[in-house]
Amino acid sequence: MTLMQKFLGASAALALSAGAALAEPALIFDLGGKFDKSFNEAAFNGAKRWADETGGKFLEIELQSEAQREQALRRFAESGANPVITTGFAFADPVSVVAPDYPDTKFVNIDGWMPEVPANVQLIGFQEHQGSYLVGMMAAMASESGTVGFIGGMDIPLIRHFGCGFAQGVKAINPDATVIANMTGTTPAAWNDPVKGSELTKAQISQGADVIYAAAGGTGVGVLQTAADEDILSIGVDSNQNYLHSGKVLTSMLKRVDVAVYDSMKAGEGMETGGFTTLGLAEEGVGVALDEHNDALVTDEMEAAVAEAREKIISGDLEVVAYYTNDSCPVLDF
Amino acid sequence: MNFFALFDLSVLDTTVRLATPLLLACLAGLFSERGGIFDIGLEGKMLAAAFFSAALAAITGSVWIGLLAGIGASLVLSAVHGLASITFRGNQLISGVAINFLAAGLTVLIAQSWFQQGGRTPSLIGGGRFEPITLPFADALSTVPVFGPIYAELISGHSILVYVALLCVPGTWYILFRTRFGLRLRAVGENPAAVDTAGVSVVGLRFAAVGICGILCGLAGAYLATGLQAGFVKDMTAGRGFIALAALIFAKWRPWHALWATLLFGYLQAIALRPDIIEGALGFKVQVQLLDALPYILTVVILAGFVGKAIPPRAGGEPYVKER
Repeated sequence: MTLMQKFLGASAALALSAGAALAEPALIFDLGGKFDKSFNEAAFNGAKRWADETGGKFLEIELQSEAQREQALRRFAESGANPVITTGFAFADPVSVVAPDYPDTKFVNIDGWMPEVPANVQLIGFQEHQGSYLVGMMAAMASESGTVGFIGGMDIPLIRHFGCGFAQGVKAINPDATVIANMTGTTPAAWNDPVKGSELTKAQISQGADVIYAAAGGTGVGVLQTAADEDILSIGVDSNQNYLHSGKVLTSMLKRVDVAVYDSMKAGEGMETGGFTTLGLAEEGVGVALDEHNDALVTDEMEAAVAEAREKIISGDLEVVAYYTNDSCPVLDF
Repeated sequence: MNFFALFDLSVLDTTVRLATPLLLACLAGLFSERGGIFDIGLEGKMLAAAFFSAALAAITGSVWIGLLAGIGASLVLSAVHGLASITFRGNQLISGVAINFLAAGLTVLIAQSWFQQGGRTPSLIGGGRFEPITLPFADALSTVPVFGPIYAELISGHSILVYVALLCVPGTWYILFRTRFGLRLRAVGENPAAVDTAGVSVVGLRFAAVGICGILCGLAGAYLATGLQAGFVKDMTAGRGFIALAALIFAKWRPWHALWATLLFGYLQAIALRPDIIEGALGFKVQVQLLDALPYILTVVILAGFVGKAIPPRAGGEPYVKER
């Protein structure tokens, strides 16, 4: 740990010397790690796109432990980074503690929730249930057994939110379908346990599931792998994961964290803060991944159904119930 | 209510897969601790072995080269542990913790610099993985009632490391309790001065114990990355090294007990994956979190002395200093 602190110190010192010239945006990745092929990687891709387009530079750090959250925030704020972008719900608390101490620095948190948003903090959320609804419809249409599975990472409301939207989409196509839902665990280790992900996949297959949706970070790697090995379909999450097992991944529920990070970095110091931004289907914040890796799996019928539901959700004709509304799901019992 | 549903074949099959890394790590700890060296670095050694086995298997395309690399990596960390706690008589717990941190950081760092895939290895394909082995006559016998399905599904169809792990149990028992080396190894964990008086090298024996521990941890890590999974993901051991330590205490440092303990812990993990079976069998819902915590609760119960007594090797944790 002391070694890590030295690295942190060194990076902060570097940041201090660089920050004097121009305020650079900073990006803090959550414990899943920068290259989780999913949520954090999407954030990194957004930042990279901003850097490539503007020629700007950004500061970044990958957290190694829970204890570093506040420390990293303070170091970046003190080094003059602006805005400081954090990924992951777990950053909401540290940001709400640190932000009032640095009123000139703008903080962004993706996925988090606070009862009161400080004036220099902007929260960005996604309508994951809408995107999950669409992949749920596709799962129900692709399933031959009438049983589909959902595997979540850490058991938190956000992940239940994914599962709830998914289940509603499944039931919209096939009201008699069975949705099996499992969570990997209750600690952050649940984001990086592919072995357990594999076993959960096998357990769901033995219950008859033939399409499985994984919203589980690094654990999802095991889910997609086992689904491909056992010759059933899987659905990826956050980033486009179709290419991981071409022809075996039905689709991926895109959560455009990259867009959120890109927009925040582009707005820079002048960005609006003090509230919530919600990116849904209408803002293209969530969506369904269609590419050359899954076009053999996606029928015209599926595409048409998804397009129609998408229009209806945007226009408000169709409402997907959010798990947060009642802290429960109308069609799925966790 | 159907109590027997709790022992569904698919659950037992999962039990075997989940228990295997625990069993190997538990036997690894057993050798080390019977030799008087506490080892909480099992987790780190498994992690290093998982990474190097997957990395070399990905580069060479041969899972056997991967396995050797995994065992090698684990042995290097064992040597570090031995050097710190035997040669320099350092604190064995601190050395173990250091190994865990070292492995967690190094694996991701090296993975990133070798493969640029964010601290993971590419997915292993073809010969880069341990494939399940179908035992002879499994298909022919699968129609035989009761025994057939058990043989075809439960006993057959695992990767070779599962059978190696199971064979390690009688192997460990034989080495520890039926050979001269085993007697000396146990003695060095109980009373190293007596061994020294007999003219046998305490340092040599303890290094041998730590070395065997390294090999077994290497097998466990390689099984995780190349048998159960098709590649390495950061922190993929997910605390299995610590569960193995709990199992070791639960087993009271005995090989056969270690098998039952790890099978029990593996079963608890496996049944936690199937809430539907639990509810169907018992008629009420059991919180998954409770099942996840049960191995630790059971270990505390054992430690508290409610069920028998767990007495660790007497000289465990103490560096041996020759009297002058």
